[in-house]
Amino acid sequence: MKTDVVLAGVGGQGVLSIAAIIAVAAVDSGLHLKQTEVHGMSQRGGAVQSHLRMADRPIHSDLIADGTADLLISMEPMEALRYLPSLAAGGAVVTERAPLVNIPDYPPLDAVYAALEALPRVWIVDAEAIARDMRASRAANVVLLGAASPFLPVAAGALEAAIGVVFGRKGEAVVEQNIAAFRRGRAVTAAASD
Amino acid sequence: MERFVPLGNEALAQGALDAGLSGCYGYPGTPSTEIMEAVQRSPEAAARGVHRSWSANEKTALEAALGMSYAGKRALVTMKHVGLNVAADPFMNAAITGVNGGLLVAVADDPSMHSSQNEQDSRAYGRFALIPTLEPGNQQEAYDAAAYGFELSEKYAVPVLVRLTTRLSHSRSAVARREIQPERPLKLPANPQQFVLLPAISRRYYAGLLAKQADFEAEAERSPFNRYEDGPDRRLGILACGITYNYLMEHFPDGCPHPVLKIGQYPLPRALVARLVDACERVVVLEEGAPLVEELLRGFPVETGRVHGRLDGTLPRAGELNPTLVGRALGVEVPASAYAVPEIVANRPPQLCQGCPHGDTYRALNEALDGYARGRVFSDIGCYTLGALPPYNAIQSCVDMGASITMAKGATDAGLRPAVAVIGDSTFSHSGLTGLLDVVNAGAPVKVIVLDNETTAMTGGQPSPAHGHIEQVAIGLGVPAEHVRTITPLPRQHAQNVAVIREELAYEGVSVIVARRECIETARRRRRAGA
Repeated sequence: MKTDVVLAGVGGQGVLSIAAIIAVAAVDSGLHLKQTEVHGMSQRGGAVQSHLRMADRPIHSDLIADGTADLLISMEPMEALRYLPSLAAGGAVVTERAPLVNIPDYPPLDAVYAALEALPRVWIVDAEAIARDMRASRAANVVLLGAASPFLPVAAGALEAAIGVVFGRKGEAVVEQNIAAFRRGRAVTAAASD
Repeated sequence: MERFVPLGNEALAQGALDAGLSGCYGYPGTPSTEIMEAVQRSPEAAARGVHRSWSANEKTALEAALGMSYAGKRALVTMKHVGLNVAADPFMNAAITGVNGGLLVAVADDPSMHSSQNEQDSRAYGRFALIPTLEPGNQQEAYDAAAYGFELSEKYAVPVLVRLTTRLSHSRSAVARREIQPERPLKLPANPQQFVLLPAISRRYYAGLLAKQADFEAEAERSPFNRYEDGPDRRLGILACGITYNYLMEHFPDGCPHPVLKIGQYPLPRALVARLVDACERVVVLEEGAPLVEELLRGFPVETGRVHGRLDGTLPRAGELNPTLVGRALGVEVPASAYAVPEIVANRPPQLCQGCPHGDTYRALNEALDGYARGRVFSDIGCYTLGALPPYNAIQSCVDMGASITMAKGATDAGLRPAVAVIGDSTFSHSGLTGLLDVVNAGAPVKVIVLDNETTAMTGGQPSPAHGHIEQVAIGLGVPAEHVRTITPLPRQHAQNVAVIREELAYEGVSVIVARRECIETARRRRRAGA
């Protein structure tokens, strides 16, 4: 068993928090893990990505080879398209619907959604809207993680426990809110992914 | 099982702490920053009182680490690859003095220049200084390199270079910790002249360093970081340095059919290399950074045509390697991308944050310079380098830490009037002060704008070395007090700020304008921490 996940988004969207939660859950589930992070200049409102590899045997490369990612999780729809070369044929894409427009030449949204919908397995999730609805705007990333969770090789319970580990410092209320956000996201895709 | 899943950087830091580290020194720089930050976060380091604060620059950091080694204790100094240029003087000379307590110089290289102005290969510095170099290939090796490196350093009384690259520095994996060693006691060098590099003494020490080269090579022959793995198919042999071993093995989950020499310690172990080259028809060399090993193997003037790598196009000459590039170089079938990037996808370059003070300063500077021909603003390394891009297009240079002030001086020497230097507060403390002294001594009409956001923002908000006394420093260096001005970069101060910059542009002498407003990121973090 091996699952390779590319995480994408824009600096400040919480991509690395999602990566940290999955990483903790994977390690606590006894899986081997490698996870790259992007630091430094690229965090300033630019495109960011993280490679996450989980397997039941030792993993060699820290990077995922082109055309081999099982899952692409993106906090932003155009950013999902940027990393398509990583995706394996028939790989799953779980992306936020709301665009983050911080550049003058952002493409027409219709074209972005059309390109996404041309893929065989794609879930466009209103994670930001769901989080806003829950009065937890900052938990949009965890809503999206919930939506992606049925495609991950770790149980929902392990991911919820990992949310407690990663957000524990911020207090019980934040942990509870993020676990609720995770469940709302998971409900979006749970039925569709079987 | 204890959950310890560190970044490569954090693994090295923990390894050093567990090996009895007494002091960590450094200057922040991507991708090296998390080494010091891990030491700073460590409860054990706090309990033991391990030195763990940033220095003004890489040179002062390395010298302080050498001082700790002088006193008999184990010291680690961290920096990014270009930081080693700044620290090159103590680095080269510490190889001659040697060490007392173990000294590790950890340098993180940035192939592909994810966050750097070049991709120089620090292994060349290890060879240049004639000291052992370790190149861990995974997180466990990064952890183990610390204790092993300290032992090696103390056994031969030399500094040891630990070379990391971005991908290992910033990738996590599980690591097993080893036995925790006590810190070393305070112990002065047995030879009171060990650190006195007068020519007559230096010649003796240099001969000693040269004499140790055979020992360093013998260590590399039996190093756990170097490993020969035999394989049946000898039409091809592979020499894989550091992290490239992972990219290689990714293609052979059940074991590589070809002989492989994994290299993680230099100088190169000649006997192991000869074994590989003699056994195989062709050898492909995989290395991040420059083709240093490949050049050695190719030799001169004899070119056998059996060695392949970055120099003959088997691999790209520049840039980071990855499993796909390595697979193609070996003639392995690699998966192709199933989906291309749609044409509609636009670039999303990094940019200054909404509300960043630098943006307000650039708007004021651009307006103040309106009417002058473009091309007179020299700048430096930091978030504000993004001012070179639209919508600001405000600066025309970024070369190395501190070069804004000195390049502006050179341009005024050539007759350019006015010339402006735009430099961040941390960069100013790192390498701007001596340049400003040159400007003052020459009476050069350079307009220095210090973008003082009161932090080292680009690497995550570390303290800024001259925080709180930039104006006094400028005056102390001889800038006339009436031409040391302070402005607040805010939209509502715009007209006033333009006026101040124009007044100083009109003055035929050195001016320092401090544009001070806290970085919005650190301000936000501070508010949250206080809330």
